[in-house]
Amino acid sequence: VKCKVLIVDDSKLARMAVVKALNALHPDWPRLEAGNADEALEHINQELPDIVLLDFNMPGRDGLTFAAELRQRDPRIAVAVISANRQVEVIDRAQAAGAAFLAKPVTEQALGDFFENALKQRQGATS
Amino acid sequence: VTGSVAVALSELELDAMTELVNLGVSNAASSLRELVREEILLSVPKVVVVTRKEAIANLGERDSKPLVAVHQDFDGDLRGRALLIFPEAKSMELVRAIVGNDLSLEDIMELEQEALAETGNILLNACLATIANTLQRTLRISLPEVVHGLGTEFFDLTQSPNLGDSVIFIYINFSFRSRDVQGYIAMLLDLPSLAMLKSLLGALIERTQ
Repeated sequence: VKCKVLIVDDSKLARMAVVKALNALHPDWPRLEAGNADEALEHINQELPDIVLLDFNMPGRDGLTFAAELRQRDPRIAVAVISANRQVEVIDRAQAAGAAFLAKPVTEQALGDFFENALKQRQGATS
Repeated sequence: VTGSVAVALSELELDAMTELVNLGVSNAASSLRELVREEILLSVPKVVVVTRKEAIANLGERDSKPLVAVHQDFDGDLRGRALLIFPEAKSMELVRAIVGNDLSLEDIMELEQEALAETGNILLNACLATIANTLQRTLRISLPEVVHGLGTEFFDLTQSPNLGDSVIFIYINFSFRSRDVQGYIAMLLDLPSLAMLKSLLGALIERTQ
C-alpha cells in the first residue's frame, strides 16, 4: 500500500528531517510539503492526502487547530502533530482532535509506528 | 537581516537557527509546565541579525515599564546571553505560580529572587542545552542572575570592547494560559560566534539530508 503524505511545517529544516525519516521507511510513498496551513489546504483541495504530519507552533493557524479542522473535513485522513512542546495540554488537545502526538525531533521508530497504526485503521475501515 | 554583517546566514541556515530555538523553547516550556502545573503558551520565534543598538531599541520599544530579567551567559563555540524577561509588576504572580497560592505575601517576597532565578535556570538551561545538543557542541552556562531595570539596559552589559556591533537577536513571547503572567525569552549571540554558528548550522543541515 502506498500512502500520500503531506508534511506541514514552517521550517524547511524540520520538513527535511521528516522527509529523511520517511525516505528511510517508505521511499516510494509520494509526499508533498507546505509551510503553513493555508498552503496545505491548497494541496488538500486538489488531492486528498492519506496522512498529514503537522508542526504545532506555526505562523497562521497552529498545528492543533489545523489538525481538528482536517479531521472534521475528512476523518479518513490520519493526522499526527509533531512538536518538541510535550506539555500535557498539547498532547491532550492533539488526541481530542483525533490526531497522534509525536515528539520532535521525530524518530524513524515513532514515525514508523504511526504509519503502521494509520494503515491498520484504514484497513479496518474498508474491510 | 542587515547588509553590514560580514558572514551572512543563508535562508536555510536562518531557518535552521529558528527551528533550533523553537525546539529549545518548546522543551523549556515543557519543563516549566511541570513546575507551575499550568500550560505555557509560546509565540513563533523570531530570529534576526541586527546591530546591538537595534536589538536594544527593540527591547525598549516593547516595554518601557520596569522589567525583571533572569539572565545566563554562555560561551564555548558560541557566546552570548540568554534572558527571561517579564514586567516587574507580574513578578509576584510568577512566583506565586511556582511556590503555590498558600504562602503569605511576606514569604513570597522572601522567595522572589530565588524563585525567579530557578525559573530562569530551568527555562534558559533547557533552551540552551537543546541548542548545544542539536549542534553537537558543549556550551558553558553561567549561573542565573536576576536584574531589575529597563529593557534597554539588559543587553548593554557586555564588557569586551572588541565584540562586534552586530548580534543575532532571538525573541519569543510566552504566557501562562490561566494566570496573568506574560514575558519573553530573548537571546543575543555575539557576532564573533557567527562564523562558527554558520558552520555548525551547515553541519546540522548536512546531517538532516
